[in-house]
Amino acid sequence: MSFPILSYMIFCPLLGMILVMLLRKEQVQVIRWVSALFSFIPLVLSFFLLAHYDPSTSRMQFVEFHKWIPSLGVNYQLGADGLSVPMLFLTALLSFVSIIASFNINFRVKEYFAFFLLLETGMMGVFAALDFFLFYIFWEVMLVPMYFLIGIWGGPRKEYAAIKFFLYTLFGSVFMLVGILALYFTVEPHTLNMMELIRRAPDLTRGFQLIVYVAFYLAFAIKVPIFPFHTWLPDAHVEAPTAVSVILAGILLKMGIYGLLRISYPMFPQAAIYFALPLAILALINIVYGALVCMAQKDLKKLVAYSSVSHMGYCLLGIAAITVTGISGCVFQMVSHGLITGALFLLVGVLYDRAHTRDIHAFGGLWIKLPVYSGIMTLFCLGSLGLPGLSGFISEFMVFLGSFPVFKVLVAIAVLGVVITAGYFLRMIQWMFLGKFNTKWEALPEISGREIFTVTPLAILMIFIGVYPMPLANIIKATVENIVHLVGG
Amino acid sequence: MNYSLLLPEIFLLLWTLFIFVLDFFWDKSKTHSLGWLSLLGLGITAGLLFGSGKGNLFGNMFLSDGFSFYFKLVFLSAAFLAILSSIDFVKKIDKYRGEYFGLILLSTLGMMFLCSAGELITLYIALELTTIPLFVLAAYLKSDSRSAEAGIKYVILGAISSAILIYGISIIYGLTGATDLALIQFSLASQHLKFGALGPALIFGIIFFIAGFGFKLALVPFHVWAPDVYQGAPTPITAFLSVASKGAGLAAFVRIFFVSFNVFQPDWVMIIAVLASLGMILGNIVALMQTNIKRMLAYSSIAQIGYILIGVVAFSWRGISSLSFYMFAYLFANMGAFIGAITFSNVTGSDEIKDYAGLSRKSPGLALCMTVFLLSLVGIPPLAGFVGKYYIFASAIERGHIGIVIIAILTSVIALYYYVGVVREMYFRKSEKEFSFSIPFSLKLALFICVIGVLLAGLFPTPFIDAATQAAQVFYYW
Repeated sequence: MSFPILSYMIFCPLLGMILVMLLRKEQVQVIRWVSALFSFIPLVLSFFLLAHYDPSTSRMQFVEFHKWIPSLGVNYQLGADGLSVPMLFLTALLSFVSIIASFNINFRVKEYFAFFLLLETGMMGVFAALDFFLFYIFWEVMLVPMYFLIGIWGGPRKEYAAIKFFLYTLFGSVFMLVGILALYFTVEPHTLNMMELIRRAPDLTRGFQLIVYVAFYLAFAIKVPIFPFHTWLPDAHVEAPTAVSVILAGILLKMGIYGLLRISYPMFPQAAIYFALPLAILALINIVYGALVCMAQKDLKKLVAYSSVSHMGYCLLGIAAITVTGISGCVFQMVSHGLITGALFLLVGVLYDRAHTRDIHAFGGLWIKLPVYSGIMTLFCLGSLGLPGLSGFISEFMVFLGSFPVFKVLVAIAVLGVVITAGYFLRMIQWMFLGKFNTKWEALPEISGREIFTVTPLAILMIFIGVYPMPLANIIKATVENIVHLVGG
Repeated sequence: MNYSLLLPEIFLLLWTLFIFVLDFFWDKSKTHSLGWLSLLGLGITAGLLFGSGKGNLFGNMFLSDGFSFYFKLVFLSAAFLAILSSIDFVKKIDKYRGEYFGLILLSTLGMMFLCSAGELITLYIALELTTIPLFVLAAYLKSDSRSAEAGIKYVILGAISSAILIYGISIIYGLTGATDLALIQFSLASQHLKFGALGPALIFGIIFFIAGFGFKLALVPFHVWAPDVYQGAPTPITAFLSVASKGAGLAAFVRIFFVSFNVFQPDWVMIIAVLASLGMILGNIVALMQTNIKRMLAYSSIAQIGYILIGVVAFSWRGISSLSFYMFAYLFANMGAFIGAITFSNVTGSDEIKDYAGLSRKSPGLALCMTVFLLSLVGIPPLAGFVGKYYIFASAIERGHIGIVIIAILTSVIALYYYVGVVREMYFRKSEKEFSFSIPFSLKLALFICVIGVLLAGLFPTPFIDAATQAAQVFYYW
């Protein structure tokens, strides 16, 4: 295809950022709509991407290739397969939704939207880059706007959360940089082309694979986050402004998983098999520990944040099994968690904007006063706890189905996580929406039209995937089969 | 002999004298405009440099090759930015404004000779020509006790380091009977073949060289003068010191060690690796505790030279190419950060990091520029500093020096904290004081050049890397 659709998707937000920077900071309304427009275009393009994607092959599609820095062996190379297409769509969707949800930001509006659009460019780039240098650039570029977004518009402990996030992720990614360089010089002829490196994977010795796997693992594990690297997550998620939490949970966490599937598994198959059991154990810790911590939360946003730790555990469990069903379940979980948790953060934000508290126990009987809000919130909570008919169920079921033949005991324990998840979400619903109405919230206004607009597409997709998962399954099928084939599991 | 090789240097010398003489007749209230004339001179010198060929003069005393060409461009750019950022600054000095520019030009001339020197005596003289004007410049704000202290410290430690260096030169001369770098290489190589291991005299010689240049490069443990001098000297001079003076020391160092001491590479590479690691660790950790931006940048530059020396440790054409490229990336980012600090202190009179609070509201442009420079110094893509670090690490990993790269990446995570500390003040904090920012044209231009440089060398580094690779080929003709 001659139309460079991926480049347009990546650089459209960047163009928007430049435009926003050229506007005067008093033109708040113009800035908002320009940002919305420039995040809407990638969304439209992502529908084209879905429509033109050929699911019958695992080969890279929409490929773009230009020489960039020949002396360093760096090329500008983009492409998308069954793994990146859903992620690109999710990124475009959540970015647009988040920008609409950010219309209530009134403080330093111009900078906010400029940083947000830069963030979107970085995220899109990560999912489309096929050259390691390019991949690393996008991976790192994201950190800067994220740092500002948390640090300027965040909650009370924003400075701490922002620098912690920045330091943690940079720490991980520099190891990835060393890993990239080690790969580059090991493979003859030297290349940074990911597809080429995957083809050369059999040339790599087992010992080398193990070492480089660990270097990459540090970067990805911090992003996911996998226990014990998860401590930045509650700080960052809780302190970040609503829309940024959506992006953090919806997209950034998936980058770690995406990295494992795109890079670690096909490039270091022997290491992937060697580390499968440790990864499964860590996944189990993520699931159960994350869920147990949720049980103890009084802060609604913290609860959603820790539920992400737990839900990412399912993704990891699916990966660790190295079966087609397991990895498909993982990709389903990435999409489903992006939709559900994104919506949950938006809804938490809606309530916090009105009540200025996130203490679960401060509410009660809200259903009487806010029936629409409570209904939507409950719907997403049910989605998150894995109610059949919603996307969360499909993904968790596939993960368990795919991993049970491999790790029988671990999966049996992991299923407990589902029970705990149901426990903390139902308890939360009970405390907040049911029971006696707390008259303190007599004046609480109902969710607004704009806010409903932001969660509607997420709800539709959640139900659609839950009822009819075939389209998504079709897109990812060939790619996932290819990954499993490459690892040889 | 082809004297046209010397044309850039001859021109710059004449232009410098012209500036000195002109200063006598110039209207005293307008002497800052001599700065613009100095810039013109630097521009013409650069033009002549592009026109001059490659070759040797006076035996091997003066070499004009890809390496010297590359580093001369670095020095001329650094001098250009230093003078550009001084034009507004010199208005604060009531006397000798013309000499101020002349001395920068004179020091630049010394640097140009230094990186072209193919022989130890020439090299030593060029080094003195480089540093003596800098002693004067460091103490230029005579009434300020810090500046006077900076001058004294710099003179005394500079003299000691020169003495150590010349002692080293005399030992090497005693061993080989030569001052020509290439001849020293042959003589040492043949002695090495005859006697095997290197004797104590040579060990001392090499160590004295490392110590002598260690002072110039502010290499740990020879760095103690740097923070005080950097803090006390007029800020444009600090910027010039931190980039051009280091670059000059580095160029001479590379020439001596890659040519003359080539044979004993395994021995001295170990020492450099240790010193570079110490520099990265100590520089970055101490920088964490600084509250003054000039001192912070001083310690950061002690760390930066550690990164640059990784290219030396790699000991390959890629190593030299990468350190040369890094020098360019560092030039724009570091000069830029200092120019930002100059701009800020011209308005507020302060160099304290906490006074940067709320700068993003008062002068969004300046805050954005500073952020770009600081992030480039951290090595965040797609800025020049990232490509520099990537290339340097690549050269070391290619040769299997994983250990020093691990130290480098871990310390660069530490570095993030203090560089971003300034960003935090500028963007996250609010300030009590009110200032109206009007940035003079000369500083705007300087900031603009640096931002463009950082972005260009980050996004389209190919021409820079190609030039750096040509510089490296000088040492890898075998």
